[in-house]
Amino acid sequence: MSHSVLRKQIGLKKRIDEFLDQVSEASLLFKQGVGFYIDEKHDQFEQKLNQISTVEHHGDEMRRAIERQLYLKTLIPESRGDVLQLLEQLDTLLDCCKEVLWQFQIELPEVPYKSHDDMQELVSYSVESVEAIVRSARAFFRSSDVSDHLHKVSYWESESDKVTTRMLMDIYRRDDLSLCHKSQLKDLVRQVAQIADRAEDVADRLTIYVIKRML
Amino acid sequence: MLPVFLSSGLFLGWSLGANDAANVFGAAVGSRMVRFRTAAIVSSLCVIFGAMYSGSGTADTLGKLGEVNALAGAFMVAFSAAITVYLLVKARCLVSTSQAIVGAVVGWNFFSGSATDPAVLSKIMLTWVACPALAAVFSIFLYKCIAGAIRAAQLHIFTLDGMTRWGLILAGAFGSYALGANNMANVMGVFIPVAHLQPIEIFPGLILTATQQLFFLGGLAVSVGIFTYSHRTMMLVGDGIVKLSPVASFVVVMANSLVLFMLSSQGLSNFAVSLGLPPIPLVPVSSSQATIGAIVGIGLLKGGRGIRWRSLANIAFGWVLTPVMAATICFVCLFFLQNVFQQTTFQPVSYELTPTAWEKLTELDEIKQETLTKIDDLWLERFPNAREFRQELRDRLGKQPETIQTIMYYARRDSLRLSPRVIERLGTEKLTEAEIAVINKLSGQVFVHSWHLKDVLGEMSPLWRYSETDAAHNKALDAKFKFLDTKLHIQEPDGR
Repeated sequence: MSHSVLRKQIGLKKRIDEFLDQVSEASLLFKQGVGFYIDEKHDQFEQKLNQISTVEHHGDEMRRAIERQLYLKTLIPESRGDVLQLLEQLDTLLDCCKEVLWQFQIELPEVPYKSHDDMQELVSYSVESVEAIVRSARAFFRSSDVSDHLHKVSYWESESDKVTTRMLMDIYRRDDLSLCHKSQLKDLVRQVAQIADRAEDVADRLTIYVIKRML
Repeated sequence: MLPVFLSSGLFLGWSLGANDAANVFGAAVGSRMVRFRTAAIVSSLCVIFGAMYSGSGTADTLGKLGEVNALAGAFMVAFSAAITVYLLVKARCLVSTSQAIVGAVVGWNFFSGSATDPAVLSKIMLTWVACPALAAVFSIFLYKCIAGAIRAAQLHIFTLDGMTRWGLILAGAFGSYALGANNMANVMGVFIPVAHLQPIEIFPGLILTATQQLFFLGGLAVSVGIFTYSHRTMMLVGDGIVKLSPVASFVVVMANSLVLFMLSSQGLSNFAVSLGLPPIPLVPVSSSQATIGAIVGIGLLKGGRGIRWRSLANIAFGWVLTPVMAATICFVCLFFLQNVFQQTTFQPVSYELTPTAWEKLTELDEIKQETLTKIDDLWLERFPNAREFRQELRDRLGKQPETIQTIMYYARRDSLRLSPRVIERLGTEKLTEAEIAVINKLSGQVFVHSWHLKDVLGEMSPLWRYSETDAAHNKALDAKFKFLDTKLHIQEPDGR
């Protein structure tokens, strides 16, 4: 029995690694996509949009397969619930990247030139936080020191908060934009910042899982 | 009649399988790390193996406590132990077959008037107390080592999971082996002196002795218990009582197994002696109590907050309640079995300071002249049982347990007759032809005391002489003399 369990575990290890790759890839696609949108390179933007949709679809399928396997083969019974929650939260993070990129496509918001740099900065902080949480998750699975990466998630989240506040203050203090436009931009900025917030939520849960796993 | 009388031992074996196997595989099956079927198969095989190959050490200790010398008596001893276990399990007490059987043997001793050796009894009781403590120490030590190793190795969560599964199966196998080795004496030990089975040769070179056959039967009963009833208890242990991480449950099972193994391994005991340490007592202990001891050990390591002290009180309660209850039930049931069902529950053993015994006592250095003067009036007076004789000795000598023990050993009447017909029937299965030839020289003689026969045979031939260095030879010689005792013993009229 244990022999086959061992073989399945090797397959599962690979799958989880691939799933984490997808999350990280989605965040990179998101960053590139926003860059192309701001630079008004619409073809490339749409290409990234398609790519991120595929990655998201893939991620969903992978998560389901992992969950099914974990339950069918009764692997890691004591931390199975934690691992499943972690995977689901990471998947929402992935969805979030895709949704924000689609929001650009649907609403076609006009980002004022003055806010271009801030937007790029905000996006890159959100992406950094996603990267850090993916690294933390990998460390969690490999039982190495998670705290090395976890504190970075918080760091990037607070950086993104600062940029968000600054951007919103700038936007609302401008006279050349209608309130309607300001409101749309606020929503967009909040959505981008939410990625980092979600990453921090995952990090908080991960801290607890790590404590629980301490023998 | 043997199968009927053995049934109580098999019942006890069944309850051992139903309850104690859960300690070994409970955490693994309860947390669904190992399937019940795998656990049951591994556990059954290992219990049988452990019982057959290392089960005799603890059986010797039980034999020293009280040698139940009639089949019906052995039946009742095992039966009352089984009833005690059953009732206490129903009452949700932490029960141990070891404590029940020791209580029942003491009950038999009372009924038959045999003397309970206080030294053996206190050795057994001390081991019971030491067993959970020892398990706690082992579990703390193991936990520290394993947790450190896991942290250093930084294993992937799934690798660790796979290794823990293997670990739990291996630890469970080792635990079942130790359980069979340590606890099989409880189930079948009392039948060893009374069930005269012939050795069976399975194939050349592999001979199953009578004890091994009994232990194999007991092992089968334990397996039936595991398959039919232990699933429920395993789920209870795994889910209900304590929540342990799989690694911690591995440590608990290992600590439990190590304690049981240590207290049943003749080899380990000999090794301790060779290092100049005192021999390890080979005593049947309770695997449930060892498990709780191990869990408490881990609890202490984590700061002692999660420990339920009630379960410890429960253990201490079990030390007292179980043996007392088993002894009482055994005593009452033996009374009925003897007087209502007219069964022989014991062969009476009488004591007398015969001239031969007196002469031997005067030769001994450890018996002083004043001691002999004090017991002078007991000369040639016959006592129907050990209890009365010991009481008389105590009245005269006061508290001198070792001297009293020695005098009792030499005054015991065994009444061995070496009639030519019996000698002819001894057969060459247990004795060599040369050994029988020596016995033949004594044909027609009667020996009142078994030690006297030993002395005479020893003087006649080195084959029958105890060696000062060869422990294995002495052990084999002990077994041969025991065999002679059963074959040559003659029933004295009305037990006198």
